[in-house]
Amino acid sequence: MTTVTATPDDFSGSHAHHDDHADHKPAFFARWFMSTNHKDIGTLYLIFAIIAGIIGGAISGLMRAELAQPGVQYLQGWASMMSGDQATLDQAYHLWNVLITAHGLIMVFFMVMPAMIGGFGNWFVPIMIGAPDMAFPRMNNISFWLLVPAFLLLLGSTFVPGGTGNGAGTGWTVYAPLSTSGSAGPAVDLAILSLHIAGASSILGAINFITTIFNMRAPGMTLHKMPLFVWSVLVTAFLLLLALPVLAAAITMLLTDRNFGTTFYDAAGGGDPELYQHLFWFFGHPEVYIMILPGFGIVSQIVSTFSRKPVFGYLGMAYAMVAIGAVGFVVWAHHMFTTGMSVNVKMYFTAATMVIAVPTGIKIFSWIATMWGGSMSFKTPMVWSLGFIFMFTVGGVTGVVLANGGVDDVMHDTYYVVAHFHYVLSLGAVFGLFAGFYYWFPKMSGKMYNEVLGQLHFWVFFIGVNVLFFPMHFLGLSGMPRRYPDYPEAFAYWNKIASHGYEIMVVGMGFFFVNLIWSLAAGKKAGDNPWGEGATTLEWTLSSPPPFHQFETVPTID
Amino acid sequence: MAASNREDDTMAGAKNHDYHILPPDIVPFLGSMSALVMAFGAVSWMHPDSMPAHGGWIFLMGLAGVLYTMYSWWSKVIAEAHAGDHTPVVQLHLRYGMILFIASEVMFFVGWFWAFFDFSLFPSALAPIDGMFPSKGIEVMNAFELPLLNTLILLCSGTTVTWAHHSLIHGDRDGLKKGLWATIILGMLFSSIQAYEYAHAPFAFGGTPYSSGFYMATGFHGFHVLVGTIFLIVCQIRAYKGDFTPRQHFGFEAAAWYWHFVDVVWLFLFVAVYVWGGWGAPIHAG
Repeated sequence: MTTVTATPDDFSGSHAHHDDHADHKPAFFARWFMSTNHKDIGTLYLIFAIIAGIIGGAISGLMRAELAQPGVQYLQGWASMMSGDQATLDQAYHLWNVLITAHGLIMVFFMVMPAMIGGFGNWFVPIMIGAPDMAFPRMNNISFWLLVPAFLLLLGSTFVPGGTGNGAGTGWTVYAPLSTSGSAGPAVDLAILSLHIAGASSILGAINFITTIFNMRAPGMTLHKMPLFVWSVLVTAFLLLLALPVLAAAITMLLTDRNFGTTFYDAAGGGDPELYQHLFWFFGHPEVYIMILPGFGIVSQIVSTFSRKPVFGYLGMAYAMVAIGAVGFVVWAHHMFTTGMSVNVKMYFTAATMVIAVPTGIKIFSWIATMWGGSMSFKTPMVWSLGFIFMFTVGGVTGVVLANGGVDDVMHDTYYVVAHFHYVLSLGAVFGLFAGFYYWFPKMSGKMYNEVLGQLHFWVFFIGVNVLFFPMHFLGLSGMPRRYPDYPEAFAYWNKIASHGYEIMVVGMGFFFVNLIWSLAAGKKAGDNPWGEGATTLEWTLSSPPPFHQFETVPTID
Repeated sequence: MAASNREDDTMAGAKNHDYHILPPDIVPFLGSMSALVMAFGAVSWMHPDSMPAHGGWIFLMGLAGVLYTMYSWWSKVIAEAHAGDHTPVVQLHLRYGMILFIASEVMFFVGWFWAFFDFSLFPSALAPIDGMFPSKGIEVMNAFELPLLNTLILLCSGTTVTWAHHSLIHGDRDGLKKGLWATIILGMLFSSIQAYEYAHAPFAFGGTPYSSGFYMATGFHGFHVLVGTIFLIVCQIRAYKGDFTPRQHFGFEAAAWYWHFVDVVWLFLFVAVYVWGGWGAPIHAG
């Protein structure tokens, strides 16, 4: 773990007379549409992620409204609204598929990834290693701007035919044959090309991060001194680089199956629908670690800062992430236990999946050990991090349950799975995002957030998402399948509770937005290091916000 | 532990490092919007009934934008190299960037090979048609005629690009150009033979997993050969303009790396798809 105790004056960016070069910002259009500045691009990513998060979150609101009671309440009306005339029940069910698809794809590709890697990664990886910018500043900009057409293509797909009704209703996994012969019309093609473009964006970003981290570390910033957030982005970037091209190949074959007469996934033509699942999950499993690893990194920084101790077992923490990333490439078929694979294959994928619990356990216990005996303070970023550790552990434990091929025969495609992955994502990755947001908000904006609103946001959101997602374990155990808008009376009670949980969560998000606007408009000015001696990474040695170009003279770490 | 400035007396706010800080640039935005037009046009083209008309033209407009973006972008990179922005550390960045890009390309081809091996090693999926790989009635190309010739052509081109590289390093500009010409001509010859093979192929793209897998894998490889050939042609133009020095010529090296990558992919294609994949099937005469 790097510890830097220099005063801000040691860096050119913080000198009182840095007026001319370092802080010269381009005019509005050039600054935000033509940017080659890692911090501005990071800000663009964060704004993009917030917009996408609002849309993706609103969609889950529609879903919880529909699921609050058995029977189909609103779907038919919504489908009629969208198509302009009275929708059939089948079209209503198709709309449901469109909602779950859009929610999943938006939250994964356009909210979590842009915020974690594009937003915080861009902002803080260069600063934490003592670099003035990313290795490829211009390519950095196209990584961001490619997300915009990708998002527009996905949103646009909602308004064109996709089979039974408008929109792509394939689920985020885009499984064949539902996505091929089951979805006539252009919607799914638009969604596929959206994924192609989002994938290209991420691959370019990954190349940029790896090159930056390997080549631009300041003198003395060895790999084994790098802050854990930088380690997490490094591992994540490798996963992106190696996993996304396989997805590109998989969905290209979907495209040709749909439009050019091939039968890769069409059983009637000698094709293999399971091939798609293998290719998808070879990407998809690393993808879930892509979403969580940067959260691990953020939480490590925060726990250390607010415990005023270096991270316990720093090297173990770094290599645990490397191990999670590496093993994450050889466990993909645990998503496919019910496809009829042989018992031996199931045994392997069960065992390999369980192995991942070891490095993950190293991380959980090392966070606890970091806090142990520390001088702790429970500021908003810290409570989000504690929430992360607590809730991610719950999601991790249900993950170990689901890793068993035999158990998964029963659990597969039930709400237990939905509960599991929302505990690691909505309560894991998203808690990591909010933790990072509050931790770095003063640094990014130069303003302090409001502590009371931050705490309220945490507690209300924490209660809300637990009320929302915990009952899903019960629903899943009693056999409620996922991806259906309707269900028998027996599942009504816990569904009602879950929908109330959503309402509580929305109130929590209200505190977030009020806090955001209030703090930007009227927040107290933030000092260089609002967190005190526990915050030892390089960003806290710069002014808040940092100069337009920091480290014009590269710092030396010793 | 403490951090300190390397040179405390330097003028504050002045760039005092070897990294490449760039001015704002509209090209990435332009390229992204072109990608949007291209994707939208492609889908419209495939679905004329429910999307706007003239999808093909919209696609081509987007493609033109993408191509302009590439031209403009890489022209700038070359201009920056001439301006001295490519310090040793920035050259190292470019090396890392190219290696990582090729790594991602390798994984892209893993996808095609995965599909091909899925069908060839587990032909049970093929039961609904006839359970055979390649399917009954498919006559495969004779691996030891044109494909073997193409293998030799690509291997040969790997040596000629090395000839060009060594000439460049030893200041032999004439050898550089000759080696590049040889490589470019061999690359074009490969593409021509591949085009001839496609034109006379006894099976179509769709229909059976063998034929689809064959065209997908060899087709994407062929596309990469074309890109690599264009890359080499750009290097040749630059060679005639007097670019590249024995010490600094990363543009050439990147083209050579890419060419070797394309070459290696072909070797796997030749062995796995042409020789092994078509083993035992009737061979197309002609």
